[in-house]
Amino acid sequence: MEPLLAVAIGTLFAAAIYMMLRRSIVKLVIGLMLLSNAANLLIFATAGLTRGAPPLVPEGLTAPEGVVADPLPQALVLTAIVIAFGVLSFAVVLVRRAWEIVRADDLDRMKETDT
Amino acid sequence: MNPEIALPILIPLMSGAVSLVFWRSRLMQRLVAVGGTAALLLTSVWLLASVNREGILVMHMGGWTAPFGISLVADLLGAIMVVLTGIIGFAVALYSLATAGRGHEAYGYFPLMHLLLAGVAGAFLTGDIFNLYVWFEVMLVASFALLILGSEKPQMEGAIKYVTLNLLSSVIFLIAVGLLYGMVGTLNMADIARRLAEVEEQGMVDALAMMFMVAFGIKAAAFPLFFWLPASYHTPPVAVSALFAGLLTKVGVYALFRVFTLIFHHSPGYTHEILLWGAGLTMLTGVLGAAAQFEFRRILSFHIVSQIGYMILGLALFTPLAIIGGVFYIMHHIIVKTNLFLVSGIVHRLRGSYQLKRLGGFYRSHPWLAVLFLIPALSLAGIPPLSGFLAKFIVIRAGIEAEAYGVTAIALLVGLLTLYSMIKIWAEVFWKSVPPEGDVDPYPEVRQRELWLMVAPVAGLALCTLFIGLYPAPIHALAEASAAQLLDPEGYIRAVLGAQGEGTP
Repeated sequence: MEPLLAVAIGTLFAAAIYMMLRRSIVKLVIGLMLLSNAANLLIFATAGLTRGAPPLVPEGLTAPEGVVADPLPQALVLTAIVIAFGVLSFAVVLVRRAWEIVRADDLDRMKETDT
Repeated sequence: MNPEIALPILIPLMSGAVSLVFWRSRLMQRLVAVGGTAALLLTSVWLLASVNREGILVMHMGGWTAPFGISLVADLLGAIMVVLTGIIGFAVALYSLATAGRGHEAYGYFPLMHLLLAGVAGAFLTGDIFNLYVWFEVMLVASFALLILGSEKPQMEGAIKYVTLNLLSSVIFLIAVGLLYGMVGTLNMADIARRLAEVEEQGMVDALAMMFMVAFGIKAAAFPLFFWLPASYHTPPVAVSALFAGLLTKVGVYALFRVFTLIFHHSPGYTHEILLWGAGLTMLTGVLGAAAQFEFRRILSFHIVSQIGYMILGLALFTPLAIIGGVFYIMHHIIVKTNLFLVSGIVHRLRGSYQLKRLGGFYRSHPWLAVLFLIPALSLAGIPPLSGFLAKFIVIRAGIEAEAYGVTAIALLVGLLTLYSMIKIWAEVFWKSVPPEGDVDPYPEVRQRELWLMVAPVAGLALCTLFIGLYPAPIHALAEASAAQLLDPEGYIRAVLGAQGEGTP
């Protein structure tokens, strides 16, 4: 399972960076979306993919028995997904407003503030 | 229980919520802005006093002891940074009363400002690395929205670069946190530091250290990752520029200080060497970029980059004196840089332009403004007896003692070039006579009350600069004590995890 996931993450990163290097700002946002999804999948995979029981402590004990799955990466991924969702919706609105004001989908035509 | 650890985060969050409740009332939003930031300043001073008295303070959120729950940790560096946040927040809130404009306030200028301050304070006080990521995001989202308030064309162009590169840095940070968790199985920074020493593959640790360096380097605008800063910082309303210039990049610098003194201090020959060359090149490119500019705020933006180099130099040399210099430099720089941006705002308000060639004659018409510009400008360049002299002196002396002559020479040269830039602004804006009619934009009348609201924070920050310069003993003692804490990660770990250092998940 791990090698498959590793290939998927690598493909996502490659696609994200390819999209971000295009000149179109719409493709830039698509690249950002792919990038955050790749990061989430990576965190999910780093803690190890265990086929374990849910990490519940049985009554009367202080630690769970047997092999249990690590719940923390999932909590992290959940938080990261929510944050990425908020930030990306901002990015989509920003790109739309930028298009309305600059009237261009081309990063090369947004160089006036550069130095 | 010490409530003052959580208050600098809770107060801006609450003020933000309250000013959202009064969405339609301009007066209430303004009152909350001044009251909330004043309360933030007071609690942050309280926090610094108690940290100074009792050592590192720790608060476990929800009663979950470390390393299971999220801990808020206030050591001296964190507390100093929170006090600076309070000072800058209060100064910018006062200044915004005169400059924000109805359009910006109607779209939530003040709530966003509170949210930004909460994010910054949270980043300074958290002891959990994932929580640090969350506070970074809180701060970033608020800064995105503040940056595009007004929706003008340059703002949009600047914002696209700012948003993209900062999101990229967040993703790198997030990946690094995930990989670190996979390696040590904990997120509490003290616990990470303890377990990382036991990890066998030091190569992997160095790779992770580099990921953190790149992520925080983008936030701190270090060479070669600074391009988003000069492209965007001169576009928003000036109070927003001043707030960003004072606080945002310094959060990145703070994160570098925290991570590279507490967690990744095992192979300084590798990581700190890279930081050292990064610092030298950051100083040089920043100051050379500024020399080529002829717009008030662009010059200042490039100088942020070059000054970041001095702070990172303090961290990279990694001797006790150098860390003192770095911390001292941060304190001096935040106040001075914000002040220069505020002065540029006053100039813009009086003459309607930031272009140097359209300005002139301020020494004759507003001599007090010339004095208020000279104090932070000469301090930035490092002229004694102002605060910048002492900050540069400590960093450069540490460089000579560590026998890093190359970067020390760069640091000295950059000081000289900074003086050149400041003299350029002085000559063009204040000394030269007013350009002939037709070259000058028509400028609006400024009411006396608004002018006072703009001058008061500038004068206050200038007094802070003078105080640090003329009576540096207490500030230096603070920097010295915080450097001692930074160089003794064991003390931090003991304070967070308890004396026995137990706790296995």
